[in-house]
Amino acid sequence: MTEPQKGPIPEADLHAYVDGFLPEARRVEVEHHLAANPHEAERVRTYLKLNEALHTVFDPVLDEPGPRQTRILERGRARTAVRYAAVIAGLIASGVIGWVARGLDINTASQDEDFVRRAAMAHTVYTPEVRHPVEVGADQEQHLVNWLSKRLGSELRVPHLSQLGYDLVGGRLLPGEQGPVAQFMYQDGKGQRLTLYLRTSGETNEETSFRYDRQGKVGVFFWIDGPLGYALTGELSKPDLLRVAKAIYQQLNP
Amino acid sequence: MGKAEEITAYIPRLRRYARALTGNRDAADDLVQDTLERAWSRFHLWRHGSNLRAWLFTIMHNLFINDTRTRNRESGFAPEEEAFALPVSPAHDALVELRELDAALRQLPDEQREVVLLVGLEQMSYGDAARVLGIPPGTVMSRLSRGRERLRNLMYGKASVSQLKVVK
Repeated sequence: MTEPQKGPIPEADLHAYVDGFLPEARRVEVEHHLAANPHEAERVRTYLKLNEALHTVFDPVLDEPGPRQTRILERGRARTAVRYAAVIAGLIASGVIGWVARGLDINTASQDEDFVRRAAMAHTVYTPEVRHPVEVGADQEQHLVNWLSKRLGSELRVPHLSQLGYDLVGGRLLPGEQGPVAQFMYQDGKGQRLTLYLRTSGETNEETSFRYDRQGKVGVFFWIDGPLGYALTGELSKPDLLRVAKAIYQQLNP
Repeated sequence: MGKAEEITAYIPRLRRYARALTGNRDAADDLVQDTLERAWSRFHLWRHGSNLRAWLFTIMHNLFINDTRTRNRESGFAPEEEAFALPVSPAHDALVELRELDAALRQLPDEQREVVLLVGLEQMSYGDAARVLGIPPGTVMSRLSRGRERLRNLMYGKASVSQLKVVK
């Protein structure tokens, strides 16, 4: 790749030249070669033009609004039967392992990490959605609650955060690591969105304090309260987010 | 940077690649969604600090190849009229270029189109492209060379793309 000047330039180096991968010295050599070989020079120019055309044509996709993310759910539901079979098998296995591991506190940390990561991901994926941020809107709140309660197999309640300036947008069902999870979305007057992510925790009497994690721009407060695990996610400062988390906790534990 | 954000930071690039690869807006959206869904459910398999972009594009490549195999067994899907609508109205030249380039890309075998796009559009190193596609670097170079030469003939050679399209 670095034989000194003259001689034919290997095809690979011509492409590396086009793609800007050659070290400076070699690049100069290739340019000399091209100056003396108009046919090859023409070919290389066309390759450069092709790269440019690819960007002209496809770079606008980078700035398009997010994909129509509702479909992920529709297809997710079609696969639910298969998933449940796997989940049931997994529950049997993890039930045994969980029982053995109990007291050793194995897995708890990574489970929390996974929960927070999924909550943050779901937040990041769905809050920018303009047309379909939720599957069921706040105008059908009762239906939303019944539906999600049924799917999660636990009675859910939707906290109301209007006194903090956040109105319920609606909610959606998502696939979680251990069965379905729910996401409620809230929005304030400026369009700032918060999501509350809920999963069934498996344990029925567990209760944890608020814990906090940050995933990039997104802050997450998470806690377990009886049969449900909660993760409140938003691009708020930690104290602001905590205020909302506390309001939710108080509403659910009057 | 948080993990979730790390993945979402790549969504626009995954979408750009998917669109160029499939030539179809809906197929591209589906491919991106499948990729995200799979990446999300398998994130624990990704080793922190390793190349996340290569990992995501590998997932997309595998899904694309599987999907293509399935579709080839069924028949081709017809490209939609709106498949290539641009978000902003492009200048006339760009529009012509768009149609020509897209038509030419469709003439490439999948394996050549993937290499041409990963390198030319995604500006991936040859080594990363080899890793994503699961092929030796030498094969990347030969596919790149053949793919570019074919595009050059289609776009700027004597045979016009539209003529070739009729033959297809």
